[in-house]
Amino acid sequence: MKRIYADLHLCANLKDSERVSRIISKASRLGYRLIAITFPSNSTEEEIQKLRSICKEANIDLASRVDLKPKTPKELIYNLRKLRRRFEIIAVMCESKNVARQAAKDRRVDLLNFPSLDFRRRFFDLAEAELASNSLASLEINMKLLLTLEGPARIRLLSSLRRETAIAQEFHVPIVISSGVSDELLLRKPRELAALAFLFDLDETCAVEAVSKNPVAIVKRNREKLSPRFVAPGMRIIRRGKDY
Amino acid sequence: MKGIRRRYLALEIDAEEMFDSKEFMDAVWSAVSKLYGEYGASRAGLALIDYDMEKRFAVIRTTHTTLEMVRTALASITKIGNKPAAIHILTVSGTIKALYKKIKQ
Repeated sequence: MKRIYADLHLCANLKDSERVSRIISKASRLGYRLIAITFPSNSTEEEIQKLRSICKEANIDLASRVDLKPKTPKELIYNLRKLRRRFEIIAVMCESKNVARQAAKDRRVDLLNFPSLDFRRRFFDLAEAELASNSLASLEINMKLLLTLEGPARIRLLSSLRRETAIAQEFHVPIVISSGVSDELLLRKPRELAALAFLFDLDETCAVEAVSKNPVAIVKRNREKLSPRFVAPGMRIIRRGKDY
Repeated sequence: MKGIRRRYLALEIDAEEMFDSKEFMDAVWSAVSKLYGEYGASRAGLALIDYDMEKRFAVIRTTHTTLEMVRTALASITKIGNKPAAIHILTVSGTIKALYKKIKQ
């Protein structure tokens, strides 16, 4: 079966529809069949549908994504309750330890993202990985920083990523590699993103799964859950009818 | 002594502006040496085989042991001669003849 490649983090300015279309067609040309674009949390269903139709024309599947940047665990829980049924992917930008821990143990969170460059503020440690392995969260790595940083900052980032991916593999936390870019020239082919993952010692199989199998599994699982036929994991309505 | 096994990479240059082959190879050398140092770059055995800026196409040669290294370095290029650009690998082959055959297909 042909592998489906996915990029779950494209940051496009949704007001600039021409640029959004350009990014979508570029992603399609580079070999992606599934992309996720970050929407503001107050986006309407019409806005998502409009973008979905543009993606359909480019022969690419769109998943709606929202990025949460809560300051407290309470705020995270509130946002999850409000947004989980509206978006196919929920990513949490973990900027504090309390938020990171809450996000790792909450089964409504799909992606854990650690945007800070300061290694003291990247909270993906053994405890975080253990919590994430018991829930459904994956570790997301944005390649944008690897492309834009240079010198000591990139060296420090590579060192942090090497440690985090080793912990994630030890605890069987899925890794998702995304681009995280808003500029089409920074988009890379899926195999090129996987090649960049060699820089932090991710082997070829894991790197390719991080741009294909793992992100596709998240979207598939969430679409099933958001479907009106869904009852519980493993249970769905096949047909509605009278009791006999 | 065993001969060196080579790999030829067909590349697509993604950029709005034009640049010459020297600027292109400088960007490739610089990316390899930034990521792997001068020792790593010296092992790569990089050479430019073909360059056509009109068609945004280039062919480079490396050794088979450093292919992954070169792949990573090419993916990390964001500028050529201070102008925004990206390089995408179209195909890889062991001989120039097979490389052009693959591209035609």
